Amino acid sequence: MELSGSEIIIQFLKDEGVEHLFGYPGGAVLHIYDALHKQNDIKHILVRHEQGATHAADGYARATGKPGVCLVTSGPGATNAITGIATAFMDSVPLIVITGQVPSHAIGSDAFQEVDAVGISRPCVKHNFLVKDLNKLAETLKKAFYIATTGRPGPVVVDIPKDITAPHIKIPYEYPKQVKIRSYNPNLKGHPRQIKRAVELLLSAKRPMIYSGGGVIMDGASQELRDFVHHLGYPITQTLMGLGAFPGTDPQFIGLLGMHGTYESNMAMHDCDVLIAIGARFDDRITGVPSKFCPYAQIIHIDIDPASISKTITADIPIVGGAKQVLTEMLKILVNSDQPMDKTATEDWWNKIKSWQKQNSFAYDKKEGVIQPQTVIEELYKVTGGEAYITSDVGQHQMFAAQFYHFDEPRRWINSGGLGTMGFGLPAAMGVKIAFPDKDVACVTGEGSIQMCMQELSTCLQYDVAVKIINLNNRYLGMVRQWQEFFYEKRYSHVYMDALPDFVKLSEAYGHVGIKVEDPNDLHDAMKEAFELKDRTVFLDIITDQEANVYPMISAGKAHNEMELSPLQQKIQASLKTSGEIA
Amino acid sequence: MRHIVSLLVENEAGALSRISGLFSARGYNIESLTVATTEDPTLSRMTIITTGSDRIIEQINKQLNKLVDVVKLQDFTEGNFIEREMMFVKVRAVGDDQRAEIKRLSDIFRARIIDVTDTTFCIELTGSGEKLEAYIRAMHEKNVIEVVRSGSMGILRGERALTI
Repeated sequence: MELSGSEIIIQFLKDEGVEHLFGYPGGAVLHIYDALHKQNDIKHILVRHEQGATHAADGYARATGKPGVCLVTSGPGATNAITGIATAFMDSVPLIVITGQVPSHAIGSDAFQEVDAVGISRPCVKHNFLVKDLNKLAETLKKAFYIATTGRPGPVVVDIPKDITAPHIKIPYEYPKQVKIRSYNPNLKGHPRQIKRAVELLLSAKRPMIYSGGGVIMDGASQELRDFVHHLGYPITQTLMGLGAFPGTDPQFIGLLGMHGTYESNMAMHDCDVLIAIGARFDDRITGVPSKFCPYAQIIHIDIDPASISKTITADIPIVGGAKQVLTEMLKILVNSDQPMDKTATEDWWNKIKSWQKQNSFAYDKKEGVIQPQTVIEELYKVTGGEAYITSDVGQHQMFAAQFYHFDEPRRWINSGGLGTMGFGLPAAMGVKIAFPDKDVACVTGEGSIQMCMQELSTCLQYDVAVKIINLNNRYLGMVRQWQEFFYEKRYSHVYMDALPDFVKLSEAYGHVGIKVEDPNDLHDAMKEAFELKDRTVFLDIITDQEANVYPMISAGKAHNEMELSPLQQKIQASLKTSGEIA
Repeated sequence: MRHIVSLLVENEAGALSRISGLFSARGYNIESLTVATTEDPTLSRMTIITTGSDRIIEQINKQLNKLVDVVKLQDFTEGNFIEREMMFVKVRAVGDDQRAEIKRLSDIFRARIIDVTDTTFCIELTGSGEKLEAYIRAMHEKNVIEVVRSGSMGILRGERALTI
């Protein structure tokens, strides 16, 4: 089959099983768009901004486990995509971003819409390519998919000069089924001796703790994690990125971990004697100050990326390998092991954790007449039966969603954890809904975040992508305001969002349904109505308490057992201390 | 501690920028970096001299290994290796006494004079970094016009080799 460069790109994507392409045309990709026009297999979603394309492809990838694919033009097309590429990079999401480039002969001449896309994206991609030879196009694309989806996944940029895609130059094409890269061989299988040592240490634990992260979800190891945790009977906490790998409603799950995690999770981290980290990277929002992190624990760390091991926290037993394979191996050894467990000690440990749970560390004041942001998430959880795909933007609403929506399944909670990209939520929700048109998809956002990629409301209409936008509107950039309240004596510097648009009218202008909710009594019905309008995008503009804060909170420099509690939570603690239920 | 890390990398445009970019992005030190192709035209050999705590050095090695263009890497510091650097020095050489003195000094250091004018010598010298520095000191600063150093290269002693 003789194909032009453009036709090779499209044919290759088909052969690779790509069904959706998120993109935005422009001069350097005109040939590719022409080839796209001549076929119906790959559905192209025309976004309104290239950042939206990358976030949508990212959401699609996180929800499905398949790589997300974007096509953007050179220059501003490529630079606009960078934020989305960096977002995917920080959260290890497989993304292929095809960027057009000016013709080969013009590279380096400061041509119109020329930018060094490979150079600009280099620090935030897993790898990138500039295609210089049409004969290597298919092979390069295959390499890009292979690198993006294997090992620790990540975004790969393929920069393609316009002349490579010229319609009149045709070469024979054959789908490269396999590709070998001599310098890239991700190791999935953990070292057997290390695995054995880890199991022995786990079985000898008196105060064990399991800490799992996004790597478990990325490796499709949720079932293996569940079997492993249930077999051991130990408590498990999950990172922001790991939620859903282990069911949020399982009694062995003791809640979110880290800066805004539960009291019991953080206390247990501080006091545990054996910690096993699975597909988690000891991010600073988890560890706080490394010197005060898990002071009594021996640490087992399973990660597919050797560079994640002992980067910030030294592992006593490092295991380089994929979560799926390593957990399978561990469970095999566990099942056949005759090493006794210290049941008395672990029972005492559970009792201690249960006493910490009495703290009810997500308790909040339900003030009369004002909607609390936490209530909105609780309502969302109820109305969707806990089964919706939830994307979020970045800020207080993100933390409330993580705290109050109990994810029982992996790939349902989709947020920008590493880079913390405001504007991620709506396009990501779009990507998820395109992958799963029959599922409920909601974007939990704030009036700050939503305005960063709001133009995608237009895309939602064009492609009938019916997502629900849950806007926690407190007229403040809430998380920044919270920090200014705590650490800058309430000097609220430039966090008040004045002159907000009328979100209801705005959604209507975009052809969607807008509902404003101010009265707590209206919340349930409005939420119900939003999800009953199955085929409509609904914007719920919910006016919430202006000065609600996210608690508990571990401030900079503090240890896990030095959480700050809200005034209400402090009252609970005081009464528990009086009754002797908590030490 | 000072480490000498030797790498085999794909001989492709951009490989060098990936490596130097990694050092600047993560705040690692580079004392020197040398690179040239090997007998296999698809591979380049790179020697990096860097400093840092054990934790940092471990991260540097791991992060370098993670780059797709890095085929193989070895930290020589723990092993038995040879390190050499080459230097050109242009010095002012006026009058018989000074010219003879420079010649004598260069002989002591086993340096070679490779270019001569009425007023200057250009000298080539190979050795460890300390030796090169000692030579410059001996030459007196005021006489030195120009110094060009290659950066260090390293190779393992004996049978062991960094090959693919």
